[in-house]
Amino acid sequence: MKASVQKSLAVLGLVLVLGLGGAAAQPAAPSAEQPPAPAPAATDPAAPAAPTPPAAPTPGEPDTKAAAAAPATGAAPAAEPPKEKAWWEKKAEEKYTYHGNYWLPPSASTTADGSDTLFIAVLAMSAFFFFAITGAVIYLVIRYRHRPGHKAEPSAAHSDALEITWTIIPTIICVLLFVYGWRSYMDMTAIPETRPENQIAVTARKWSWSFRYYNGVEDNVLHVPVNQPVKLIMTSQDVLHSFFVPVFRQKMDVLPRRYTYTWFYPTKPGVYRLYCTEYCGTDHSLMKTKVVVHQAGDYEKFLAESFQAKNNVSGKDLGMLVYEKKGCIGCHTLDGRPLIGPSFKGTWDTDVKLADGSTVKFDATYVHTAIVSPQAQARPGFPPSMPVTGLSEKEIDGVIELIKSLK
Amino acid sequence: MSASADNTKSYLEVNPGLRNWLWTLDHKRIGMMYLFGILGALLLGGAFALLVRIELFSPGLTIVGKDWYNKFFTLHGAVMVFLVIIPGIPAALGNMVLPIQLGAPDVAFPKLNLSSFYLWCIGAILLLVSVVLGGIDTGWTFYTPYSLDTQTAVIPAVMGAFILGFSSIFTGLNFLVTIHKFRPQNMGWFQMPLNLWALYATALMQVLATPVLGITLLLLFVERFMHIGIFDPTLGGDPVLFQHFFWFYSHPAVYIMIVPAMGVISEMLTTFSRKHIFGYRFIAYSSVALALFSFLVWGHHMFVSGQSRLANMVFSALTFSVGIPSAIKVFNWTSTLYKGDIRLQTPMLYALSFLILFTIGGLTGIFLAVLSIDVQLHDTYFVVAHFHYVMMGSTLVAFLGALHYWWPKMSGRMYPERLARVCSGGVFVGFNLTFLPQFIMGSRGMPRRYWDYDPEFTIFHQLSTIGALILGVSLFIVVVYLFWSFKNGKKAPKNPWGGTTLEWEAPTPPTLYNFPEPPEIPELYDYDDLVEDEANGNWIRKPRSGAKASTGHH
Repeated sequence: MKASVQKSLAVLGLVLVLGLGGAAAQPAAPSAEQPPAPAPAATDPAAPAAPTPPAAPTPGEPDTKAAAAAPATGAAPAAEPPKEKAWWEKKAEEKYTYHGNYWLPPSASTTADGSDTLFIAVLAMSAFFFFAITGAVIYLVIRYRHRPGHKAEPSAAHSDALEITWTIIPTIICVLLFVYGWRSYMDMTAIPETRPENQIAVTARKWSWSFRYYNGVEDNVLHVPVNQPVKLIMTSQDVLHSFFVPVFRQKMDVLPRRYTYTWFYPTKPGVYRLYCTEYCGTDHSLMKTKVVVHQAGDYEKFLAESFQAKNNVSGKDLGMLVYEKKGCIGCHTLDGRPLIGPSFKGTWDTDVKLADGSTVKFDATYVHTAIVSPQAQARPGFPPSMPVTGLSEKEIDGVIELIKSLK
Repeated sequence: MSASADNTKSYLEVNPGLRNWLWTLDHKRIGMMYLFGILGALLLGGAFALLVRIELFSPGLTIVGKDWYNKFFTLHGAVMVFLVIIPGIPAALGNMVLPIQLGAPDVAFPKLNLSSFYLWCIGAILLLVSVVLGGIDTGWTFYTPYSLDTQTAVIPAVMGAFILGFSSIFTGLNFLVTIHKFRPQNMGWFQMPLNLWALYATALMQVLATPVLGITLLLLFVERFMHIGIFDPTLGGDPVLFQHFFWFYSHPAVYIMIVPAMGVISEMLTTFSRKHIFGYRFIAYSSVALALFSFLVWGHHMFVSGQSRLANMVFSALTFSVGIPSAIKVFNWTSTLYKGDIRLQTPMLYALSFLILFTIGGLTGIFLAVLSIDVQLHDTYFVVAHFHYVMMGSTLVAFLGALHYWWPKMSGRMYPERLARVCSGGVFVGFNLTFLPQFIMGSRGMPRRYWDYDPEFTIFHQLSTIGALILGVSLFIVVVYLFWSFKNGKKAPKNPWGGTTLEWEAPTPPTLYNFPEPPEIPELYDYDDLVEDEANGNWIRKPRSGAKASTGHH
C-alpha cells in the first residue's frame, strides 16, 4: 500500500516538476518492468526473481562498458590460456540489478526505505510549494500585467499576520523534517552487532577498491550476504575517497591514516554498483566496482572456497591474482604499452634508466624495491602515484614470477 | 584625483584617456572596469563549462581525456566562483550604484576601491598563469591531501584565490563604512533601498569570513613548501580540518553570492510592478539573518566526511534555519506583484526567472539538509544541480537582470529590448534543460566530477549538454549586444523604468561626483509621483506640493 502511495507521489512529482520533455521517456521503462499491480509485492523476493529487464537500455551495456573502460584488461587473458573462473567471480560478472522506480534507484537495504520515505515526503512538499509559488507568480503576472487602462491598485505594503503565518509554517515544516531526518540518519549510522564473518576491511587507493574478508582473502568486488548486517572498516592508502552504494543509500568518506565505518543490511540478492564519490584524481570516474549480495548460504560458501583457492595458488598464478585484485591493473599493462606506470612486459632482465639518470638491472631485487618502496628507484616519465600496497613476501614473489614470464 | 570636476560631462566623458581610466578613483569607472573584467571571466568560465558538458555528451572519451576534463571542471569552478559570482554584483554593480543610492559623491575610501580592483586583476592573472602552466585538477575546493599531492599548478591558483580574497575584503570594508558614514541625515536605516541592506549584509560576511579563507590557503602553501604537517596525514596533519576551514569561509561565500542577488531582485520587482515592495522590514531583516546564519552551517558540507554524528545533528538543525528567511523573502516578493501594474521588460523577466529558479534551488536545499537524504545525495549530481540553481539560476540571473536594469544608467545607452527578451528566455530554458535532468540522475546515484559514467545516465547527460549549449549561446549574445549598445544603442533617458531610488535622480550617465547638487531624497518605493513619458521612454516626477519628498518619517 505504502509503495503505491509513494509511486503515485513520485509520478506526480516527476511529471509536474519535470514538465520539460526528456524525462518523460524515462519512467516508461521501469513501469513496463513492474506491471501495474503485482499482488502486494511489498516484500521483496519477487523483484530479484525476474531480474532481466525487458527491452530497457541496461542489459548488455555494462559489458561493452567494462571492455571500453579498461583496455588494459583485454590484454591479460591473451597472454595465458583463460583459466576457469570461480563461481563467485562469474556471479560478479552478471548484469547489474538496476530497475530504478521513476526517481530513485532500487532500494536494497533496510535503512534505504526510511530515507526513501522522507525523500518522497520532501519531494511532495517541494512540489506543493513549487506549484503554489510558480502558480501564484504566473497568475499575478497575467492578472496584473500592464495594458492600456490598467493601473496599479492601492494595497497594503505589509501585513504582520501574513508575515507571521509564513514564518511559522516553514518553521514547523523544518523542525519536523529535521527530526525525521535525524532519526533515520541515526538508523543509518548506528552500527548493530555484527558477526565477525560480516566485518569486511576496505582499502581504497588511487584508483581501486580492495575488500579483505574474514578468511584473509582479498578481492576487488564486495561480496556480502543477504539479510544480515554487514560492517565495513575502511581506510585509504593515499587521498580521500568515498564509499557509495546507491541501492543501499549509504555513503561514507574513506580517509588516509584513519578508520571510518559504515554498515548496511542488504535485503535483495543481486549485483549492484559501488562508486567512489570523493574526487581523487585522474581515474576517479573509473574507481568503481560491484557489490554482490549473495543468496542465503552462498556467502559462507564463498568464504570457504575462496580461502581454498587462495591457498592453492602460488608463483605466477598468484602474481596474476595480485595483479588483477590489488589494483596493479589500473596503472600497468601486460602488453608493453605504458599506462600511468610502465608495462610489466618486456623489461625483465634488461637495464632500465632511473629518474636520477643512473641505470639498474631490472631483476627480482628491483621489482621487490619497486613494490616495497615505490619512489626509491622511480623511472622517468611516470608520475609518482604508485602507492605502498603492503603485499606479503609470497605475493611479491608471485608478481616477480609474473613479470619474469612476460619477458 | 587632480581632474577638474566638470558638472556637465558624464563620468564616461570627463578626463578621457586610458591613463585617466586606469588611475581613476571614481567608483563608477572602477565599477565599469570590474564589469568588463567580470564579463570576460564569465565567457572564460562559460567556455570551460561547455567543454565539460560536451565531454559528458557520451560516456567515455568524447573530446578530451580524463586529466583535461578534471582541469576543465576545476577551472570552471574556480573562475566562476572567485572571479565572477563573488565580485559580480557587489564589486561591479554595487560599486556603480551604492554611492548613488546614498546620494553620495563616492565610496568612503576611493583608493582602497581602486586597489581592490587591481587585486582582482592580479588574482585573475594568477589563475590564468595556472592555466598556462597546465591547469589545476583539484576541484575548486582544493581538498587535501589531494591538493598537496597533485603535480598540477596548484600554487599559483591558491595564491590567486588568496589575493582575490583580499580584493573582496577591501570592497566589503569600503561598503560598510560608506553605508554607515555617507548615509544622508534624512535617510534612516529603514529608508534605505533594499539593495543597500543586501550589500550591507554581504559586506559583513566578506569582512568576517574571507580572512579564514586567506589563512587556510596560506597554511596549504606553508604545508606544500615547508612540509609542516597541518592537513597532510603523512605529516601528522588532519585532512578534515581543511574541510572545516575551507567551508567556514566558503559557506558564507555562498551567501556572499546570493544575498546581493536578493537585493537587486527586490529593487526590480517593485519597480516593474509599480508598487511598494511588500514586507520591506522582513526582507531587510532576513538579509541580515541570512548573513548571521551563514556562519553557523558550514558543517553541512561534511555530513559524510567522518565528522561526529553529534556535529552532524547540530549542523543539520542549523541548516534548516537558513530556509526560513529565504522562504520569507520569496513570499514577500510574490506578494509584491499583487495588484501591481506589471511591466514585462527584460530586467523583470530576469527577476521573475530568478523567483522560480531560486524557489527550486531553495527547495532542493531542503532535501540536502535532511541528514539521511543527504547521505544518499552528497557528492552526486543532485548537489551539482542544487547549487547551480542557487549560484547560477539565482545569482547569475539576478546579475543579468540588474545589469540590464542599470545598464542605461551606467552606459547612457539602451540595449536592444526585443533581442534582450529573447535571450532572457533562452537563458531560462537553457538553464532548466541543463540542470533539471541532473536532479534525477543525482538521485539515481550519478556521482559528480566523473569523466566517465554508466550507460543508464546517458540520456540525462545529453539533455543537460543540449541545455548548456542553449544557455551558452544566449549568454554570448547578451555580452555581444551589450558591447554593441555601448556605442550604438539608443540614448537612455534619466529614468527609463520609473525607479524611485536615488540613482534615477542622477543624470544619465552620472557626472563625476554623481549629483551636481545634493539631491532631495524621494519617498522610497512610492510610485504615485512618477508619470510615464511614453514618447521619450522616460518617467518624470510630478511636481508635488509640500516637502513630503525630502523629510521621510522617523
